[in-house]
Formats: sequence, C-alpha cells, structure tokens
Amino acid sequence: MMNRDINGEGRKFNRGEEEEEEDEDEESGRGRDAWERTYADERSWESLQEDESGLLRPIDNKALHHAQYRRRLRTATTAGIQKGLIRYLYIVIDLSRAAGEMDYKPSRMVVVARQVEAFIREFFDQNPLSQIGLVTLKDGVAQCLTDLGGSPESHIKALMGKLECSGDSSLQNGLDLVHDLLNQIPSYGHREVLILYSALSTCDPGDIMETIQKCKSAKIRCSIIGLSAELYICKYLCQETGGLYSVALDEPHLKELVLEHAPPPPAIAEFAIANLIKMGFPQRAAEGVISICSCHKEAKFGGGYTCPRCKARVCELPTECRICGLTLVSSPHLARSYHHLFPITPFDDVSPSITNIPHKLPKSCFGCQQSLLNPGNLPGPWVACPKCKQHFCLDCDIYIHESLHNCPGCESFKQSNSVTNMEV
Amino acid sequence: MSPPVPSKILTDDVSLLMVLIDSNPHFWSSIKPHFSFSKFLSHVLAFLNSILLLNQLNQVVVIATGINSCGYVFDSSSGSVSQRAESLLPKLEEFAENDESLSERDDDSGNGVGSSLLSGSLSMALCYIQRVFRSGPLHPQPRIICLHGSPDGPGQYVAIMNSIFSAQRSMVPIDSCVIGIQHSAFLQQASYITGGVYLKPQQLDGLFQYLATVFATDLHSRNFLQLPKPVGVDFRASCFCHKNTIDMGFICSVCLSIFCKHQKKCSTCGMLPNVCRSIFGQAQTRDPSASQQRK
Repeated sequence: MMNRDINGEGRKFNRGEEEEEEDEDEESGRGRDAWERTYADERSWESLQEDESGLLRPIDNKALHHAQYRRRLRTATTAGIQKGLIRYLYIVIDLSRAAGEMDYKPSRMVVVARQVEAFIREFFDQNPLSQIGLVTLKDGVAQCLTDLGGSPESHIKALMGKLECSGDSSLQNGLDLVHDLLNQIPSYGHREVLILYSALSTCDPGDIMETIQKCKSAKIRCSIIGLSAELYICKYLCQETGGLYSVALDEPHLKELVLEHAPPPPAIAEFAIANLIKMGFPQRAAEGVISICSCHKEAKFGGGYTCPRCKARVCELPTECRICGLTLVSSPHLARSYHHLFPITPFDDVSPSITNIPHKLPKSCFGCQQSLLNPGNLPGPWVACPKCKQHFCLDCDIYIHESLHNCPGCESFKQSNSVTNMEV
Repeated sequence: MSPPVPSKILTDDVSLLMVLIDSNPHFWSSIKPHFSFSKFLSHVLAFLNSILLLNQLNQVVVIATGINSCGYVFDSSSGSVSQRAESLLPKLEEFAENDESLSERDDDSGNGVGSSLLSGSLSMALCYIQRVFRSGPLHPQPRIICLHGSPDGPGQYVAIMNSIFSAQRSMVPIDSCVIGIQHSAFLQQASYITGGVYLKPQQLDGLFQYLATVFATDLHSRNFLQLPKPVGVDFRASCFCHKNTIDMGFICSVCLSIFCKHQKKCSTCGMLPNVCRSIFGQAQTRDPSASQQRK
C-alpha cells in the first residue's frame, strides 16, 4: 500500500511539468492500461455463460435473481416455528492483519464495515425490540467497542471511527468477552453472536474447546461468516452452538450472507424463558412544550415522548427510560415483528405449458398490472397464490415476500375469518 | 431489498399519484343528506384532471376500494395519450356492480357500515409503484392518496401496518383525506410514519378546494409549503384482553401479545401452531434428548 502511494505521488509530481503529453497515461493509472484492468480487476469472463449446445450467452439476470430468491425462501423457516424476537446480538469484527488484505476492494476491513453498517440498519428495522453491541479482535485481544444498545447511529459512528487493523485475532478471547457481556442480559432474551472472521488462524491463550462448551451451556448461538477460507474450529463452534457458518466468495455474496442474519432465527424453546415484560407506551408530548430531555440533558422545545411511569421526556423510541428503566415502545414497533409470526405462504410456480386453455390465462399481474406475456405473445413464467389463486409476476413475488408481507390478492377479497386476527 | 435510488433525471415536479377511492356503498348511503358519491366523484375527477394538467409527464392511477374486492379503474399512462379522468366512470360502475354482487351471497348486511378493504388496495398500489421503480432511472416520484371514509377494520391492522412499513422503506408518502364523521387511526399512523399529510376536511362541499391546495403539489414543492401538521397521533397500544388503550402493559416475549395485567399464561401463544403455550417464569419442560434431536 505504501509503495503505491509513493508511486502515485511521484507521478503527480512529474505530471505537473509534462501535463499535456501525459493525459493518456493519467487514465491508465497505477501502471496498467484500461484494457488490462478489465481482466485483472473486473473478471469480465464471469458475465458469460454457456448454454446446452456450448454457445455463449449472457446471463439472464431476472430468472437468476428469482431462482436465488426461491432458494432463500425454501431455506428460510416456515410459519409455525417459534422465532426469537427479542435478540441481544454481539457483532465481533476481526481487525487483525488479515483484515488489511486487498482481495476485497479497497480492503477487507472497509468492506466488512460497510456491510455491518447496512446490516445494523436492517437489523433494527426488522427487530425493533432487540439490541446490538460491537466487539473488535485486534493484536490478540478482544475489546468491546460499544455496549448493547438500540440506536443504530451510535454503533455506526463508533465503528467508522475505529478502522485500523494489526496483529493476530483470537477467537477464544472474543468468545470469552462476549460470554461475560451476555451473562448480564435478562432471561427472556435470545443471546447471539455474529463473528466476521478474516484470519486463517486463531491465537488463543488457553483451550478454546472449553470456551466453546462454556458458550454452549450459556445458550449463546454463535454464527460465523468467513472471508478467507473454511476453518475447522469455526465449523465446530457453529455446529456446537446451533449457528450458521458460511464463507463469502465476493462482496455481493458477503452482503447476502450478512443480511441473512437480520431476520430472527428459529428459537430453541429452552434457550429463552418466556416472560411477561413490562413496557410503556408513551404519548407524544404536545407541540410547544419546553422540557428537559433525559437523554441529552438539555432543554428541548416541543416533540418528544413522556414516560408513563416517571414522566421523564425521551427523544425517540424505542428506548429505555433513563430515570426509571422502563422499556418504552410504540405499537408500530411491535407491529414490525408481526410478519415474522404470521408469514405469508410462498407462491406456486405456474408453468405456461400446463393444460390451461390459452384464452383463460390471465393477461396481467394482479399486483402491478404488468403484462405476463413476453414480447411475441408467448407467456413467460409467473406465480400464483395458493390461497386466492391470483397470478403475479416474478418481481411482485419477490417484493411481496421480502418487503410487503401481504398478498394483495388475499387482502383484496373479503374472507370470513383470517389467521391474522390480532387486534390492537 | 435495497432502497431505490431516488430519481434525479426527471425534473423534481413530476409525480405518480396513486388514488385509492373508497366505494363502500354502506358508507356512502350513511352520509346521504350531507354528501353523495356522485358529488364526491365530481370533485375527485376535477382534481385528477388538474393533476394531469400540472405537468405533461404526471401519471395518475386510480384503485377502487370496495367491501368485497379491490381493482384498478384508471391508469393515465395506458391507452391514448390524452386521457381525461372521466374515462374511469364506466370502469368504476362495473367495479361497483361486481362488488355489490359479491356481497349478495353473504348475509351480513345488517351489520351497519362495514369496513372496506384498504389493505388490499394499499398492497396493490405498492406493487404498482415497485414496477415503476423497476422501469429505470427515469421515473416520476410516486405517492399514494387515500380518499377514505369507512371505519377502520381491526382485522386489517397487521396488513395495513405491513404496507405502511413497506411504503416507509421505499420512501413513498401516504396522504389521507378522510371523508366522513370519524377520524381514522390507521390512516393517521400511516401518514405520520411515511411522512404524508392527514386531513379531515371540515366542509365537504368544498372538497375540491382542499384537494387542490393540500394534495395537488408534488413532493419537492412540499418543502416550501405550510401543510397541515400531524396532531394527536395516538401510538398507544390496546390490550388483547379488554381492548382498552393502555399506557403501560406486559408483553409476552414469545409472541408479543399485550396484556394490561400480569398473568400466568399467555392466551395467544397457544393459538399459534406449533408454539408451546408460554408459561411465564419457567423454562419449558422438555427432556434433553429431544433438544439434541432438534439440533
């Protein structure tokens, strides 16, 4: 890295004198021409595919995307399996020497930080009642970067401020630290750890097998995402604790693997004791009222929420009241988790070649009114809801199952009673 | 899903307006002396035509919300270039007849004013908006306006909240114009969470004025206008046992049901399939061999 910088500066210095003649060289940068870069950096051969007869054809992105989504849906858990909705998750980030490798551009550490930021936002979107904490592994020790908290901004700010890598990584120290930190959480919460591991080894002070057994008996679910290669110890840890181990191939794959951990995992009933948690539902304070807010300790004008137990003002929800310790939420926060409890059924593929009378086939998708026929009047693939029998295009299928969580067909026809009879 | 890239290629004032019209016949007959569906339509058609006149590239799509079904009745971007909003009338009539015929089979017309299927038309509107986002970087800025009057149906709560959160993620504001006597708590929450405008006009005879001054402007210009602010949005929850609104309650950690008093067992967990009835304070009794098999 240092060499490159010096070269770059050297070039710029020269360029000052010979600017007009060196315009072409400027664009090639770093000693390589643009055509060389497409082979070295961009791997252009990956965007081609062979069909059955050996001829080249470009990749059909839409069908591929849909097939990926179908795979995700099949491996995701179906309705009826209990999910851990109140999660306490520690993200352990490996900042050892291996994180400075540049096989991910610009470096593994930066890519991991970017994905963790996206993951934190997605996590709080899907699990508003849960909390995250950050731990780093550097120079053979594990340090707690942020405590368990529910505000995404503070975690992201702390992470982005501390991106330096050096030394070895120690899996055992990381697990020890997380185990001690997770001991303090209430018994109804699900304890989880997500480790983003770049190194190919671990440098431990003692017997890591003992630590793994300790974590297993403390009911902590450890999942690991590797960035270099598969390690036996990581696989063993995940198998023992019931987590997931996966190794990323490139940046989009890493993103997919990280975001897989955002929805709540299936819960093993003995891991968390069911409990009634006391929570408050604060009202929004009237506009124009001046009060001292308990989070920033300064006078604020208007807005904010009032804790129903101690009447302190808080700025945003969900949070824990700093004065009396009551968890404060609003009903939409609880509603964000309802779709995990009542997921919609996956749609069935409809192949255009089955014995449907051609003129009875639906012309357009029920949700978006897009034509289901390919150009040339040939029907393309589409899906149908098994309950309401309405037909949808592939893109609506993905949107409905991943973001909307309502079937427009089922919602648009009056049913006598529905499963989702929860009234709030 | 990654959030959509905001459109910056078209000028800022091009909008796609999804209009959800409440066609619940029970509701419209209940406010007969003050207002009627035909008067309402005349205001709305004038409003839709004025939107189409504000900018050549504006699009309007109308979805009718009935009591038994929902359906698209107008799309300004399909068919001939200069379509006037009046062309939705025959389709709307066909829809209303179809809707009524579906309800003749049921026998619960004595229930007073039932609720219309707002969750269905919201879901359809959001699917259409996703299609517009997929069409490339040159797309208008979408928003949804609900012209609604029927009371809220509690059975639709979860579906409406799902639609609201999806709209929030896609940055689509949901405006509400409530015709009728009562406020709608669902639409208040929808407009608050998505950043839209909620309005309950005082004088329905001047509905076009309200629509044209509050809801006609595009999203970019809203920064420069003084629009009705959200007041009194009540985010408190209701307990499952008595349906009272509560300030403080108890939440089951497994299924998130809300109770006003501490109890021994969660009454909802037993109804979710395959979930053990949660007994609070004790670990579920299971022998260790069963838990090993699960792994």
